Amino acid sequence: MSSPLLELQGVTKAFPGVLANDSVNISIPEGQIHALLGENGAGKSTLVKIIYGYYAADEGDMYWMGNSISVTSPAHARQIGIGMVFQHFSLFDALSVRDNIELAISSKEGGDGLSQKIHEVSNTYGLGLDPERDVFSLSVGERQRVEIVRCLLQSPKLLIMDEPTSVLTPQEADNLFKVLNQLADEGCAILYISHKLEEIKELCHHATILRQGKVVAECDPTKESTRSLAEMMIGRSLDPPAYELKKTGETKFFVQNLSRTAEDERSISLKNISFDVREGEIFGIAGVAGNGQTELMEMLAGEVLADDNAAISINGVECGKRSIRERRELGAAIVPEERLGHGAVGSMSLIENVFLSGHQRFNLARKLWMNYSNARTFAQKTCDDFDVRHAGIHVDAGSLSGGNLQKFLIGREILQEPLVMLASQPTWGVDAGSQLAIHKALLDLAANGTAVLVISQDLDELLELCNRIAVMFAGSLSEPYPVSSLTAEKIGLLMGGAHPEAA
Amino acid sequence: MTPVMALGLSLIAGTVVFYLLGYPPLQSLYAFFISPISDLYGVCELLVKASPLAMIAVGLSMGFRANVWNIGAEGQLTVGALFGSALVIYFPESNNILMLPAMLILGILGGMAWASIPAFLKTRFNTNEILTSLLLVYVAILLLSTLVHGPWRDPAGYNFPQSVLFQNVAILPVIVPGTRLHLGTIFALLAILTGWILISRTLAGFQVRVSGMAPQAARYTGVRSNLMIWCVLLGAGGLAGLAGIIEITGLIGQVQPIISPGYGFSAIIVAFLGRLHPVGILFASLVLALSYLGGEFVQIKLGLPLGIAGVFQGMLLFFLLSCDILIHYRIEIRKTSISGSARST
Repeated sequence: MSSPLLELQGVTKAFPGVLANDSVNISIPEGQIHALLGENGAGKSTLVKIIYGYYAADEGDMYWMGNSISVTSPAHARQIGIGMVFQHFSLFDALSVRDNIELAISSKEGGDGLSQKIHEVSNTYGLGLDPERDVFSLSVGERQRVEIVRCLLQSPKLLIMDEPTSVLTPQEADNLFKVLNQLADEGCAILYISHKLEEIKELCHHATILRQGKVVAECDPTKESTRSLAEMMIGRSLDPPAYELKKTGETKFFVQNLSRTAEDERSISLKNISFDVREGEIFGIAGVAGNGQTELMEMLAGEVLADDNAAISINGVECGKRSIRERRELGAAIVPEERLGHGAVGSMSLIENVFLSGHQRFNLARKLWMNYSNARTFAQKTCDDFDVRHAGIHVDAGSLSGGNLQKFLIGREILQEPLVMLASQPTWGVDAGSQLAIHKALLDLAANGTAVLVISQDLDELLELCNRIAVMFAGSLSEPYPVSSLTAEKIGLLMGGAHPEAA
Repeated sequence: MTPVMALGLSLIAGTVVFYLLGYPPLQSLYAFFISPISDLYGVCELLVKASPLAMIAVGLSMGFRANVWNIGAEGQLTVGALFGSALVIYFPESNNILMLPAMLILGILGGMAWASIPAFLKTRFNTNEILTSLLLVYVAILLLSTLVHGPWRDPAGYNFPQSVLFQNVAILPVIVPGTRLHLGTIFALLAILTGWILISRTLAGFQVRVSGMAPQAARYTGVRSNLMIWCVLLGAGGLAGLAGIIEITGLIGQVQPIISPGYGFSAIIVAFLGRLHPVGILFASLVLALSYLGGEFVQIKLGLPLGIAGVFQGMLLFFLLSCDILIHYRIEIRKTSISGSARST
């Protein structure tokens, strides 16, 4: 049997205080779709960055088509035939598709010749890209296709995809899978990183599971259940929360005809959004990113004020024109989509981070003064109650892993005993263990009578948590549907802008 | 760590400069850095010069932390000095003991008034405060010039562009007899102390820090960004104005065409050299004050041009900023031009 396309042997990489990769062995033959699974902080990103030449491994060997090689830079990686599509796109909004591609590939050929090539590649794989369009006018899914075409133009032998479906609708994801399968059939190997176990089962031929930097298992994902995959990932058995539909009470959060005009061509106008969240209910807003969820969340939180005070009410009090502080005083708690830089300041300690939202209700500031001892107690309680693993509450928030920081943020809000909880993407990019803990915390919160709003792109999450779900598309919100009447298929169609009658 | 490194590098570069200019380097360095403070009078002179620097820098550092780049402290200082002086110029006969406090308050208000222009333009029209505050420096200096050459000129002053000499009630008391060390130094210390408490212990200081580190998190915590811009600009303007009127009432005793040897600009260096922290600013202001003193000393003793002080200040800021960059980033020389972003180490 011929040697595999890529083989890693004993790859080890340490960062100060962390062993990110510990003698990792991986072998990827041509044409295989190989899944790399693991919790946040398990070392997946470090490993692919070593393969892609961003980092040099401390120890270990890499073999490319049977020959020992050390990849010195991403440019070198691209040269030998390794392409990578990142989770966060690196495209210039103001430039056309062709210009973006031309910038990235060190090709001498530009202009019409390149446009021609983009057309060819795009047609071969059914990607439907127009090279002349400006990137800012493209949807997220289309932007991803630009990144993919950019890789494909260099005819890679190995394509690395970092959480590619996190920004796609189910239908868009299906299209992506077709492309990937076609590529694999042509002999291109794909290293596929994802949290979504369902899609790994559907797509991948082989899976390598990382935990704390080590390879803990290899398996054929089609022969495993999602539950067994998740258990291999976190190294213990999962107990899904016992969930029953609670009776919901009176309306605590009420939104009526909320509108907002887009400030520029990149933001979305909100059109007459109305919904209500009742006591003890979890209300879900689904939708593909970039359909106005960010704009909506800013207004619900009070970071951007409405023109009409009656557009938003908390516990019966109209507050569309009231500040985020006043809304907190009315009983709102807010978990923004971005953890670092919005919900938390990375370069501040956990103690200081509790001040961000907690200083009003936790007596952390006596008039103008900061009360550090109360804040310390509160930070400690948040970490204890919500199992935030940390190196001390005085460490910078930025040093926590995504899952732990998110548990901290959710905990900080829940401990304020809110009447209304507004959470955007509460488990975005969070490992399975933390995800489960966060879901349980939100369910408990609702069970205690809080009205909970969850904005999420993760359908499984919404279907598991929510009583009612509405779908956001192009700045409008659909009717809410009781979760019992919904399937992923139906939400998927709504997410794509179809009318419910057609669904 | 960086400030110390920058200081060391400036000294080394300074030695080279002295050598290239044809002066004995070690002797010159001694004359520059040691002789000026070898007696009590010298130390007091150092404090006299450090006081306005520290006072202005504390105000500026609050703005810099909140990403508000007021570089027009020199203008705010000048207008503060003019506001305060106006009182004594229009009531030259008054012997009221409230004269001095009133002048100081007017000085603060003058600085605030001048800083309120960039604040208004930024909050209303989103104008860049770096430009507006800087340009207003030149307007302020021309305003000063117009006044001392025109309406404020002392009629008995042989046509010199100076105002009348202030009477005693308008002069800040000296606190160390036999020197020029005046009450202004106490004000500077108070400013440092207040700044320190404000930034580390109060909610307002916390909000200033959050605004600079993460603007979105600032909105999340409930900071009104326009209010923040007004506060930090008015605060810095007020302190600069106070420093201006203290220079007049503590040292000069009349209005002259030149009030400050560029304290408003040097205070920017002080703020950064002090890492935007009040205690750091205390030390940094002494270093910068020494560069002014030393510049005068080598001019007198060795006949070096006065510009040498500016050269030292410039080198200091240059080395400080380059150390900051080079500690966080690595220079990588690549043979071919390939796409890809610079890596931070």
